[in-house]
Amino acid sequence: MEERLRVNPVACAGHGACAELLPELITLDEWGYPIAADQPVPRGLRREARRAVSNCPALALALARVA
Amino acid sequence: MTDSLTLPPPALAPAAPGPAGLPRLLPAAGTVPADLRAHLARHGPLRYAGSPGRLAAEAAAAGLTGRGGAAFPVARKLDAAAQARPAPLVAGNGAEGEPASSKDRSLLWISPHLVLDGLQLAAEAARSTTAVLYVQRNQRLHARLAQAIAERAAAGVDAARVDLVPAPERFLAGEESALVSRLTGRPAVPAYRPVRGLPRLAPGRPALVQNVETLAHLALIARYGAAWFRLAGTESEPGSMLATLHLPGGRTSVTEVPLGIGLADLLGLDTVPAGPGGDIVPSAGGPVRAVLVGGYHGAWLPAAEAARLPLANAALRPLGAAVGAGVVAALPAGRCGLAETARVARYLALESAGQCGPCFNGLPRIAAALDHLAGPRPDQRARADLERWAGLAAGRGACHHPDGSVRFIRSALRVFAAEAGLHERGRCSGTDPRPFLPLPAGRPASDADWS
Repeated sequence: MEERLRVNPVACAGHGACAELLPELITLDEWGYPIAADQPVPRGLRREARRAVSNCPALALALARVA
Repeated sequence: MTDSLTLPPPALAPAAPGPAGLPRLLPAAGTVPADLRAHLARHGPLRYAGSPGRLAAEAAAAGLTGRGGAAFPVARKLDAAAQARPAPLVAGNGAEGEPASSKDRSLLWISPHLVLDGLQLAAEAARSTTAVLYVQRNQRLHARLAQAIAERAAAGVDAARVDLVPAPERFLAGEESALVSRLTGRPAVPAYRPVRGLPRLAPGRPALVQNVETLAHLALIARYGAAWFRLAGTESEPGSMLATLHLPGGRTSVTEVPLGIGLADLLGLDTVPAGPGGDIVPSAGGPVRAVLVGGYHGAWLPAAEAARLPLANAALRPLGAAVGAGVVAALPAGRCGLAETARVARYLALESAGQCGPCFNGLPRIAAALDHLAGPRPDQRARADLERWAGLAAGRGACHHPDGSVRFIRSALRVFAAEAGLHERGRCSGTDPRPFLPLPAGRPASDADWS
Protein backbone atom coordinates (compact mmCIF):
# COMPACT_ATOMS: atom_id res chain seq x y z
CA MET A 1 0.00 0.00 0.00
CA GLU A 2 1.23 3.46 -0.81
CA GLU A 3 0.24 6.97 0.13
CA ARG A 4 -0.32 9.96 -2.11
CA LEU A 5 -0.78 13.63 -1.32
CA ARG A 6 -4.19 15.09 -2.12
CA VAL A 7 -5.06 18.77 -2.11
CA ASN A 8 -8.65 19.79 -1.52
CA PRO A 9 -8.72 22.74 -3.95
CA VAL A 10 -11.85 24.26 -2.41
CA ALA A 11 -10.41 24.34 1.11
CA CYS A 12 -6.90 25.37 0.00
CA ALA A 13 -6.31 29.08 0.50
CA GLY A 14 -2.72 29.13 -0.72
CA HIS A 15 -1.02 29.61 2.64
CA GLY A 16 1.98 27.71 1.29
CA ALA A 17 2.92 25.97 4.54
CA CYS A 18 2.96 22.58 2.80
CA ALA A 19 5.58 23.69 0.29
CA GLU A 20 7.80 24.97 3.10
CA LEU A 21 7.51 21.75 5.07
CA LEU A 22 7.72 19.35 2.15
CA PRO A 23 9.58 21.04 -0.71
CA GLU A 24 10.64 17.63 -2.03
CA LEU A 25 7.05 16.84 -3.05
CA ILE A 26 5.17 20.13 -3.12
CA THR A 27 5.86 23.22 -5.18
CA LEU A 28 3.75 26.34 -5.45
CA ASP A 29 2.32 27.62 -8.72
CA GLU A 30 2.73 31.27 -9.65
CA TRP A 31 -0.39 32.15 -7.65
CA GLY A 32 0.79 30.40 -4.50
CA TYR A 33 -1.30 27.23 -4.79
CA PRO A 34 0.36 23.87 -4.20
CA ILE A 35 1.24 21.34 -6.89
CA ALA A 36 1.78 17.94 -5.31
CA ALA A 37 4.14 15.56 -7.06
CA ASP A 38 2.26 12.89 -8.97
CA GLN A 39 3.98 10.00 -7.21
CA PRO A 40 3.62 7.97 -4.01
CA VAL A 41 5.16 9.49 -0.89
CA PRO A 42 8.57 7.78 -0.53
CA ARG A 43 9.10 5.92 2.73
CA GLY A 44 11.81 8.36 3.78
CA LEU A 45 9.46 11.35 3.51
CA ARG A 46 6.42 9.94 5.30
CA ARG A 47 7.13 11.76 8.54
CA GLU A 48 7.54 15.11 6.72
CA ALA A 49 4.40 14.43 4.69
CA ARG A 50 2.37 13.83 7.85
CA ARG A 51 3.73 17.03 9.32
CA ALA A 52 2.74 18.99 6.22
CA VAL A 53 -0.76 17.51 6.41
CA SER A 54 -1.26 18.34 10.08
CA ASN A 55 0.20 21.83 9.68
CA CYS A 56 -2.04 22.95 6.81
CA PRO A 57 -3.92 25.96 8.24
CA ALA A 58 -6.88 25.24 5.95
CA LEU A 59 -6.96 21.46 6.58
CA ALA A 60 -6.74 21.13 2.80
CA LEU A 61 -3.94 18.59 2.53
CA ALA A 62 -4.47 14.88 3.01
CA LEU A 63 -2.63 11.62 2.57
CA ALA A 64 -4.73 9.16 0.62
CA ARG A 65 -4.01 5.48 0.89
CA VAL A 66 -3.92 3.90 -2.52
CA ALA A 67 -3.99 0.13 -2.75
CA MET B 1 -33.00 32.08 -20.00
CA THR B 2 -35.60 34.44 -18.69
CA ASP B 3 -39.02 33.86 -20.13
CA SER B 4 -38.20 33.09 -23.70
CA LEU B 5 -38.78 29.57 -24.82
CA THR B 6 -37.93 28.78 -28.38
CA LEU B 7 -39.72 25.69 -29.40
CA PRO B 8 -37.97 23.59 -31.97
CA PRO B 9 -39.67 22.18 -34.98
CA PRO B 10 -39.25 18.41 -35.09
CA ALA B 11 -36.41 18.05 -37.52
CA LEU B 12 -36.84 14.43 -38.54
CA ALA B 13 -39.97 13.04 -40.03
CA PRO B 14 -40.90 9.81 -38.27
CA ALA B 15 -40.49 6.67 -40.35
CA ALA B 16 -43.65 5.23 -38.90
CA PRO B 17 -46.01 6.11 -36.08
CA GLY B 18 -45.21 4.43 -32.81
CA PRO B 19 -41.88 3.62 -31.32
CA ALA B 20 -40.12 2.14 -34.37
CA GLY B 21 -38.67 5.34 -35.79
CA LEU B 22 -37.40 8.65 -34.53
CA PRO B 23 -38.26 10.87 -32.82
CA ARG B 24 -38.92 8.90 -29.67
CA LEU B 25 -38.80 11.60 -27.04
CA LEU B 26 -40.35 14.43 -28.98
CA PRO B 27 -43.77 14.29 -30.63
CA ALA B 28 -43.89 12.83 -34.12
CA ALA B 29 -45.35 16.06 -35.45
CA GLY B 30 -45.98 19.55 -34.19
CA THR B 31 -44.85 21.08 -30.96
CA VAL B 32 -48.00 20.72 -28.89
CA PRO B 33 -47.03 19.77 -25.35
CA ALA B 34 -48.33 16.35 -24.37
CA ASP B 35 -50.72 16.32 -21.42
CA LEU B 36 -51.10 13.16 -19.36
CA ARG B 37 -53.94 11.82 -21.47
CA ALA B 38 -52.05 12.31 -24.76
CA HIS B 39 -48.92 10.87 -23.18
CA LEU B 40 -50.72 7.71 -22.04
CA ALA B 41 -52.46 7.40 -25.40
CA ARG B 42 -49.07 7.39 -27.15
CA HIS B 43 -47.02 5.28 -24.76
CA GLY B 44 -49.45 3.46 -22.46
CA PRO B 45 -48.96 3.06 -18.72
CA LEU B 46 -45.52 2.84 -17.19
CA ARG B 47 -44.10 -0.68 -17.07
CA TYR B 48 -41.61 -2.00 -14.52
CA ALA B 49 -43.22 -0.02 -11.74
CA GLY B 50 -42.80 -2.51 -8.91
CA SER B 51 -39.70 -4.21 -10.29
CA PRO B 52 -36.74 -1.84 -10.01
CA GLY B 53 -34.23 -4.70 -10.42
CA ARG B 54 -35.65 -5.53 -13.83
CA LEU B 55 -35.42 -1.88 -14.81
CA ALA B 56 -31.70 -1.70 -13.92
CA ALA B 57 -31.05 -4.90 -15.86
CA GLU B 58 -32.96 -3.56 -18.87
CA ALA B 59 -31.06 -0.24 -18.71
CA ALA B 60 -27.81 -2.22 -18.62
CA ALA B 61 -28.84 -4.33 -21.61
CA ALA B 62 -29.90 -1.18 -23.45
CA GLY B 63 -26.52 0.42 -22.82
CA LEU B 64 -28.19 3.67 -21.79
CA THR B 65 -25.71 6.36 -20.76
CA GLY B 66 -26.31 9.73 -19.13
CA ARG B 67 -27.34 12.43 -21.60
CA GLY B 68 -26.20 15.35 -19.42
CA GLY B 69 -22.71 15.27 -20.90
CA ALA B 70 -20.63 12.68 -19.04
CA ALA B 71 -22.19 9.60 -20.72
CA PHE B 72 -21.95 7.61 -17.49
CA PRO B 73 -23.70 4.20 -17.60
CA VAL B 74 -27.18 4.63 -16.10
CA ALA B 75 -27.44 1.04 -14.84
CA ARG B 76 -24.35 1.51 -12.67
CA LYS B 77 -25.91 4.50 -10.97
CA LEU B 78 -29.20 2.64 -10.51
CA ASP B 79 -27.37 -0.34 -8.97
CA ALA B 80 -25.42 1.93 -6.64
CA ALA B 81 -28.65 3.67 -5.63
CA ALA B 82 -30.35 0.34 -4.93
CA GLN B 83 -27.56 -0.66 -2.57
CA ALA B 84 -26.99 2.73 -0.92
CA ARG B 85 -27.97 3.23 2.72
CA PRO B 86 -29.89 5.28 3.63
CA ALA B 87 -32.13 5.45 0.57
CA PRO B 88 -30.85 8.14 -1.80
CA LEU B 89 -32.63 11.32 -2.64
CA VAL B 90 -33.54 11.25 -6.32
CA ALA B 91 -33.17 14.26 -8.61
CA GLY B 92 -33.95 14.86 -12.24
CA ASN B 93 -31.42 17.37 -13.54
CA GLY B 94 -32.81 19.96 -15.93
CA ALA B 95 -30.52 22.82 -14.92
CA GLU B 96 -29.06 23.03 -18.42
CA GLY B 97 -26.57 25.74 -17.51
CA GLU B 98 -24.85 25.45 -20.90
CA PRO B 99 -26.02 28.57 -22.77
CA ALA B 100 -25.74 26.84 -26.15
CA SER B 101 -28.02 23.96 -25.12
CA SER B 102 -31.81 24.09 -25.12
CA LYS B 103 -32.66 20.41 -25.49
CA ASP B 104 -33.56 19.79 -21.84
CA ARG B 105 -36.02 22.64 -21.61
CA SER B 106 -37.50 21.71 -24.99
CA LEU B 107 -38.01 18.14 -23.77
CA LEU B 108 -39.47 19.31 -20.45
CA TRP B 109 -41.83 21.61 -22.31
CA ILE B 110 -43.01 19.17 -24.95
CA SER B 111 -42.82 15.78 -23.19
CA PRO B 112 -42.88 16.47 -19.45
CA HIS B 113 -44.60 13.18 -18.64
CA LEU B 114 -41.82 11.07 -20.12
CA VAL B 115 -39.37 12.81 -17.80
CA LEU B 116 -41.72 12.46 -14.84
CA ASP B 117 -42.20 8.75 -15.64
CA GLY B 118 -38.44 8.28 -15.61
CA LEU B 119 -38.16 10.19 -12.35
CA GLN B 120 -40.66 7.81 -10.76
CA LEU B 121 -38.69 4.80 -11.99
CA ALA B 122 -35.46 6.27 -10.60
CA ALA B 123 -37.16 6.99 -7.27
CA GLU B 124 -38.36 3.42 -7.10
CA ALA B 125 -34.88 2.08 -7.93
CA ALA B 126 -33.53 4.19 -5.08
CA ARG B 127 -36.40 3.22 -2.70
CA SER B 128 -37.21 6.90 -2.31
CA THR B 129 -40.70 8.25 -1.67
CA THR B 130 -39.75 11.72 -2.84
CA ALA B 131 -38.01 13.08 -5.88
CA VAL B 132 -36.85 16.49 -7.02
CA LEU B 133 -37.09 17.99 -10.47
CA TYR B 134 -34.34 20.62 -10.69
CA VAL B 135 -35.04 22.95 -13.59
CA GLN B 136 -33.57 26.24 -14.73
CA ARG B 137 -35.53 29.29 -13.66
CA ASN B 138 -38.19 30.00 -16.23
CA GLN B 139 -41.67 30.96 -15.13
CA ARG B 140 -43.53 29.48 -18.08
CA LEU B 141 -41.66 26.21 -17.91
CA HIS B 142 -42.09 25.91 -14.15
CA ALA B 143 -45.81 26.67 -14.42
CA ARG B 144 -46.17 24.00 -17.09
CA LEU B 145 -44.24 21.42 -15.05
CA ALA B 146 -46.24 22.23 -11.90
CA GLN B 147 -49.37 21.60 -13.95
CA ALA B 148 -48.03 18.26 -15.22
CA ILE B 149 -47.09 17.18 -11.69
CA ALA B 150 -50.57 18.18 -10.45
CA GLU B 151 -52.21 16.24 -13.30
CA ARG B 152 -50.39 13.10 -12.22
CA ALA B 153 -51.20 13.63 -8.56
CA ALA B 154 -54.89 13.98 -9.46
CA ALA B 155 -54.72 10.78 -11.54
CA GLY B 156 -52.89 8.99 -8.75
CA VAL B 157 -50.32 7.48 -11.09
CA ASP B 158 -47.24 8.19 -8.99
CA ALA B 159 -45.76 6.64 -5.86
CA ALA B 160 -43.13 9.30 -5.14
CA ARG B 161 -43.94 12.94 -4.45
CA VAL B 162 -42.17 15.33 -6.84
CA ASP B 163 -40.89 18.74 -5.78
CA LEU B 164 -39.95 21.32 -8.39
CA VAL B 165 -36.76 23.19 -7.47
CA PRO B 166 -35.45 26.14 -9.52
CA ALA B 167 -31.82 26.05 -10.64
CA PRO B 168 -29.83 29.28 -10.81
CA GLU B 169 -28.91 30.39 -14.30
CA ARG B 170 -25.24 29.55 -13.96
CA PHE B 171 -23.04 27.39 -16.16
CA LEU B 172 -22.21 25.04 -13.29
CA ALA B 173 -25.66 24.89 -11.67
CA GLY B 174 -26.23 21.40 -13.05
CA GLU B 175 -22.86 19.97 -12.03
CA GLU B 176 -23.86 17.00 -9.88
CA SER B 177 -22.34 18.17 -6.60
CA ALA B 178 -23.60 21.72 -7.20
CA LEU B 179 -27.12 20.34 -7.61
CA VAL B 180 -26.75 18.36 -4.39
CA SER B 181 -25.51 21.49 -2.62
CA ARG B 182 -28.52 23.45 -3.86
CA LEU B 183 -30.93 20.76 -2.64
CA THR B 184 -29.57 21.10 0.85
CA GLY B 185 -30.28 24.83 0.88
CA ARG B 186 -26.73 25.92 0.15
CA PRO B 187 -25.46 27.74 -2.97
CA ALA B 188 -25.37 25.68 -6.15
CA VAL B 189 -21.58 25.48 -6.34
CA PRO B 190 -19.52 22.33 -6.95
CA ALA B 191 -17.97 20.43 -4.06
CA TYR B 192 -14.66 18.64 -3.69
CA ARG B 193 -15.35 14.89 -3.83
CA PRO B 194 -12.29 12.78 -3.15
CA VAL B 195 -14.34 9.58 -3.07
CA ARG B 196 -16.08 8.29 -6.17
CA GLY B 197 -19.67 7.06 -6.14
CA LEU B 198 -23.01 8.73 -5.58
CA PRO B 199 -22.74 12.33 -4.33
CA ARG B 200 -23.84 12.86 -0.73
CA LEU B 201 -26.11 15.43 0.80
CA ALA B 202 -24.77 17.14 3.90
CA PRO B 203 -26.10 14.74 6.57
CA GLY B 204 -24.80 11.69 4.72
CA ARG B 205 -27.75 10.82 2.53
CA PRO B 206 -26.60 9.85 -0.97
CA ALA B 207 -28.24 11.26 -4.07
CA LEU B 208 -29.14 9.71 -7.41
CA VAL B 209 -28.94 12.44 -10.04
CA GLN B 210 -29.92 11.83 -13.65
CA ASN B 211 -30.30 14.27 -16.50
CA VAL B 212 -33.93 14.78 -17.55
CA GLU B 213 -33.36 13.40 -21.05
CA THR B 214 -31.78 10.29 -19.53
CA LEU B 215 -34.92 9.83 -17.43
CA ALA B 216 -37.12 10.11 -20.52
CA HIS B 217 -35.08 7.39 -22.26
CA LEU B 218 -35.43 5.25 -19.14
CA ALA B 219 -39.22 5.61 -19.28
CA LEU B 220 -39.20 4.37 -22.89
CA ILE B 221 -36.80 1.50 -22.17
CA ALA B 222 -39.14 0.39 -19.37
CA ARG B 223 -41.97 0.23 -21.89
CA TYR B 224 -40.30 -1.01 -25.06
CA GLY B 225 -37.19 -2.79 -23.84
CA ALA B 226 -33.45 -2.84 -24.48
CA ALA B 227 -33.62 -4.41 -27.95
CA TRP B 228 -35.96 -1.66 -29.12
CA PHE B 229 -33.66 1.01 -27.66
CA ARG B 230 -30.75 -0.44 -29.62
CA LEU B 231 -32.61 -0.12 -32.93
CA ALA B 232 -31.12 3.38 -33.02
CA GLY B 233 -27.49 4.33 -32.50
CA THR B 234 -24.34 2.26 -32.69
CA GLU B 235 -23.34 -0.99 -31.03
CA SER B 236 -21.11 0.76 -28.48
CA GLU B 237 -23.25 3.90 -28.18
CA PRO B 238 -26.86 2.84 -28.61
CA GLY B 239 -30.05 4.83 -28.72
CA SER B 240 -31.07 8.30 -29.76
CA MET B 241 -30.15 11.63 -28.28
CA LEU B 242 -31.34 15.19 -28.34
CA ALA B 243 -28.99 17.64 -29.99
CA THR B 244 -29.05 21.43 -30.02
CA LEU B 245 -27.84 22.63 -33.39
CA HIS B 246 -26.51 26.08 -34.22
CA LEU B 247 -26.55 26.34 -37.99
CA PRO B 248 -24.43 28.72 -40.06
CA GLY B 249 -27.46 30.70 -41.17
CA GLY B 250 -28.10 31.57 -37.53
CA ARG B 251 -30.96 29.13 -36.95
CA THR B 252 -30.99 27.10 -33.72
CA SER B 253 -32.92 23.88 -33.45
CA VAL B 254 -33.38 20.92 -31.18
CA THR B 255 -33.54 17.59 -32.91
CA GLU B 256 -33.53 13.94 -31.92
CA VAL B 257 -30.94 11.88 -33.76
CA PRO B 258 -29.43 8.41 -33.51
CA LEU B 259 -26.03 8.36 -31.83
CA GLY B 260 -23.41 7.94 -34.52
CA ILE B 261 -25.20 10.10 -37.08
CA GLY B 262 -22.72 11.79 -39.41
CA LEU B 263 -21.99 15.40 -38.52
CA ALA B 264 -22.32 16.11 -42.27
CA ASP B 265 -25.90 14.75 -42.20
CA LEU B 266 -26.67 16.53 -38.98
CA LEU B 267 -25.50 19.94 -40.20
CA GLY B 268 -26.16 19.59 -43.93
CA LEU B 269 -22.43 19.82 -44.72
CA ASP B 270 -20.98 18.92 -48.08
CA THR B 271 -18.24 16.37 -47.72
CA VAL B 272 -16.04 18.09 -50.29
CA PRO B 273 -14.29 21.16 -48.90
CA ALA B 274 -13.87 24.37 -50.87
CA GLY B 275 -11.96 27.59 -50.27
CA PRO B 276 -8.32 28.35 -50.99
CA GLY B 277 -6.93 26.10 -48.24
CA GLY B 278 -9.71 23.54 -48.49
CA ASP B 279 -10.73 24.58 -44.98
CA ILE B 280 -14.20 25.92 -45.75
CA VAL B 281 -17.01 23.43 -46.22
CA PRO B 282 -20.18 24.42 -48.06
CA SER B 283 -23.46 23.55 -46.38
CA ALA B 284 -27.15 24.04 -46.85
CA GLY B 285 -27.00 27.02 -44.51
CA GLY B 286 -23.86 28.59 -45.98
CA PRO B 287 -20.10 27.97 -45.88
CA VAL B 288 -18.75 26.56 -42.62
CA ARG B 289 -15.31 27.22 -41.14
CA ALA B 290 -15.31 24.91 -38.12
CA VAL B 291 -17.63 22.83 -35.99
CA LEU B 292 -17.91 23.01 -32.21
CA VAL B 293 -18.93 19.68 -30.73
CA GLY B 294 -19.92 19.22 -27.08
CA GLY B 295 -20.59 22.84 -26.15
CA TYR B 296 -18.36 25.18 -24.18
CA HIS B 297 -16.51 22.34 -22.47
CA GLY B 298 -16.22 20.64 -25.84
CA ALA B 299 -13.85 21.07 -28.75
CA TRP B 300 -13.59 22.74 -32.13
CA LEU B 301 -12.95 20.59 -35.18
CA PRO B 302 -11.97 21.84 -38.65
CA ALA B 303 -15.10 21.72 -40.82
CA ALA B 304 -13.51 19.38 -43.36
CA GLU B 305 -12.59 16.92 -40.61
CA ALA B 306 -15.97 17.22 -38.87
CA ALA B 307 -17.73 16.44 -42.16
CA ARG B 308 -16.20 12.95 -42.09
CA LEU B 309 -16.98 12.19 -38.43
CA PRO B 310 -19.97 10.67 -36.66
CA LEU B 311 -21.56 12.12 -33.53
CA ALA B 312 -20.16 9.37 -31.29
CA ASN B 313 -17.60 9.37 -28.50
CA ALA B 314 -15.70 6.44 -30.00
CA ALA B 315 -14.71 8.64 -32.94
CA LEU B 316 -14.59 12.02 -31.20
CA ARG B 317 -12.65 11.23 -28.01
CA PRO B 318 -9.38 10.33 -29.77
CA LEU B 319 -9.56 13.85 -31.26
CA GLY B 320 -10.08 15.49 -27.86
CA ALA B 321 -13.79 16.08 -28.49
CA ALA B 322 -16.92 14.41 -27.10
CA VAL B 323 -20.65 14.27 -27.71
CA GLY B 324 -21.24 15.94 -24.33
CA ALA B 325 -24.80 17.18 -23.94
CA GLY B 326 -25.32 17.30 -27.70
CA VAL B 327 -24.46 20.88 -28.58
CA VAL B 328 -23.18 21.14 -32.15
CA ALA B 329 -22.40 24.52 -33.69
CA ALA B 330 -21.30 25.15 -37.28
CA LEU B 331 -19.27 28.35 -37.35
CA PRO B 332 -19.99 30.32 -40.53
CA ALA B 333 -17.01 31.11 -42.77
CA GLY B 334 -17.39 34.83 -42.15
CA ARG B 335 -16.78 34.62 -38.41
CA CYS B 336 -13.43 34.67 -36.63
CA GLY B 337 -13.08 31.52 -34.52
CA LEU B 338 -10.55 33.16 -32.21
CA ALA B 339 -12.87 36.06 -31.46
CA GLU B 340 -15.79 33.68 -30.87
CA THR B 341 -13.75 31.53 -28.52
CA ALA B 342 -12.36 34.55 -26.66
CA ARG B 343 -15.89 35.81 -26.01
CA VAL B 344 -16.97 32.45 -24.61
CA ALA B 345 -13.72 32.07 -22.64
CA ARG B 346 -14.46 35.32 -20.85
CA TYR B 347 -17.91 34.01 -19.97
CA LEU B 348 -16.43 30.72 -18.70
CA ALA B 349 -13.97 32.63 -16.52
CA LEU B 350 -16.85 34.60 -14.99
CA GLU B 351 -18.71 31.34 -14.39
CA SER B 352 -15.94 29.93 -12.18
CA ALA B 353 -17.49 29.41 -8.76
CA GLY B 354 -14.38 31.13 -7.42
CA GLN B 355 -13.60 28.34 -5.00
CA CYS B 356 -10.38 26.81 -6.33
CA GLY B 357 -7.21 28.90 -6.71
CA PRO B 358 -6.04 27.44 -10.03
CA CYS B 359 -9.49 28.06 -11.59
CA PHE B 360 -10.21 31.56 -10.31
CA ASN B 361 -6.64 32.67 -10.96
CA GLY B 362 -6.15 30.81 -14.21
CA LEU B 363 -9.36 31.23 -16.22
CA PRO B 364 -9.52 35.06 -16.20
CA ARG B 365 -5.86 35.28 -17.21
CA ILE B 366 -6.33 32.68 -19.93
CA ALA B 367 -9.40 34.51 -21.22
CA ALA B 368 -7.56 37.84 -21.27
CA ALA B 369 -4.62 36.30 -23.14
CA LEU B 370 -6.96 34.74 -25.70
CA ASP B 371 -8.75 38.04 -26.13
CA HIS B 372 -5.36 39.63 -26.83
CA LEU B 373 -4.48 36.88 -29.34
CA ALA B 374 -7.81 37.47 -31.07
CA GLY B 375 -6.85 41.11 -31.69
CA PRO B 376 -4.45 42.56 -34.28
CA ARG B 377 -0.67 41.97 -34.00
CA PRO B 378 -0.71 40.34 -30.58
CA ASP B 379 2.38 40.17 -28.41
CA GLN B 380 3.46 36.53 -28.79
CA ARG B 381 4.30 36.30 -25.10
CA ALA B 382 0.53 36.09 -24.61
CA ARG B 383 0.57 32.72 -26.33
CA ALA B 384 3.24 31.33 -24.01
CA ASP B 385 1.46 32.75 -20.97
CA LEU B 386 -1.79 31.17 -22.09
CA GLU B 387 -0.19 27.75 -22.55
CA ARG B 388 1.45 27.93 -19.13
CA TRP B 389 -1.74 29.05 -17.35
CA ALA B 390 -3.76 26.39 -19.16
CA GLY B 391 -1.38 23.76 -17.82
CA LEU B 392 -1.75 25.13 -14.31
CA ALA B 393 -5.55 25.33 -14.37
CA ALA B 394 -6.48 22.01 -15.98
CA GLY B 395 -7.08 19.14 -13.59
CA ARG B 396 -6.64 21.22 -10.45
CA GLY B 397 -10.20 22.19 -9.58
CA ALA B 398 -12.84 20.43 -7.49
CA CYS B 399 -15.00 20.11 -10.61
CA HIS B 400 -14.21 19.84 -14.31
CA HIS B 401 -14.76 23.52 -15.11
CA PRO B 402 -11.08 24.39 -15.56
CA ASP B 403 -10.43 21.15 -17.51
CA GLY B 404 -13.39 21.63 -19.84
CA SER B 405 -12.68 25.32 -20.39
CA VAL B 406 -9.03 24.62 -21.17
CA ARG B 407 -9.97 21.82 -23.56
CA PHE B 408 -12.28 24.18 -25.46
CA ILE B 409 -9.69 27.00 -25.61
CA ARG B 410 -6.81 24.72 -26.62
CA SER B 411 -8.92 23.24 -29.42
CA ALA B 412 -9.47 26.78 -30.75
CA LEU B 413 -5.73 27.48 -30.82
CA ARG B 414 -5.25 24.22 -32.74
CA VAL B 415 -8.09 24.57 -35.21
CA PHE B 416 -7.69 28.32 -35.74
CA ALA B 417 -3.87 28.24 -35.97
CA ALA B 418 -3.94 29.74 -39.48
CA GLU B 419 -6.26 32.47 -38.21
CA ALA B 420 -3.81 33.20 -35.37
CA GLY B 421 -1.11 33.59 -38.04
CA LEU B 422 -3.27 36.18 -39.83
CA HIS B 423 -3.77 38.09 -36.59
CA GLU B 424 0.00 38.19 -36.08
CA ARG B 425 0.20 40.04 -39.40
CA GLY B 426 -2.57 42.38 -38.35
CA ARG B 427 -5.28 40.71 -40.37
CA CYS B 428 -8.41 38.70 -39.65
CA SER B 429 -10.48 36.52 -41.95
CA GLY B 430 -13.69 37.40 -40.14
CA THR B 431 -16.01 39.59 -42.18
CA ASP B 432 -18.98 39.55 -39.82
CA PRO B 433 -18.35 40.93 -36.33
CA ARG B 434 -21.70 39.84 -34.90
CA PRO B 435 -21.44 37.20 -32.16
CA PHE B 436 -22.41 33.70 -33.25
CA LEU B 437 -22.18 31.40 -30.23
CA PRO B 438 -24.96 32.21 -27.77
CA LEU B 439 -24.27 33.62 -24.32
CA PRO B 440 -26.83 34.68 -21.72
CA ALA B 441 -27.92 38.28 -22.23
CA GLY B 442 -27.58 40.81 -19.46
CA ARG B 443 -25.39 38.62 -17.29
CA PRO B 444 -25.20 40.14 -13.83
CA ALA B 445 -21.71 41.12 -12.74
CA SER B 446 -22.44 39.84 -9.25
CA ASP B 447 -21.05 36.44 -8.37
CA ALA B 448 -23.49 36.17 -5.50
CA ASP B 449 -26.34 34.60 -7.43
CA TRP B 450 -25.91 30.87 -6.98
CA SER B 451 -29.22 29.99 -5.36
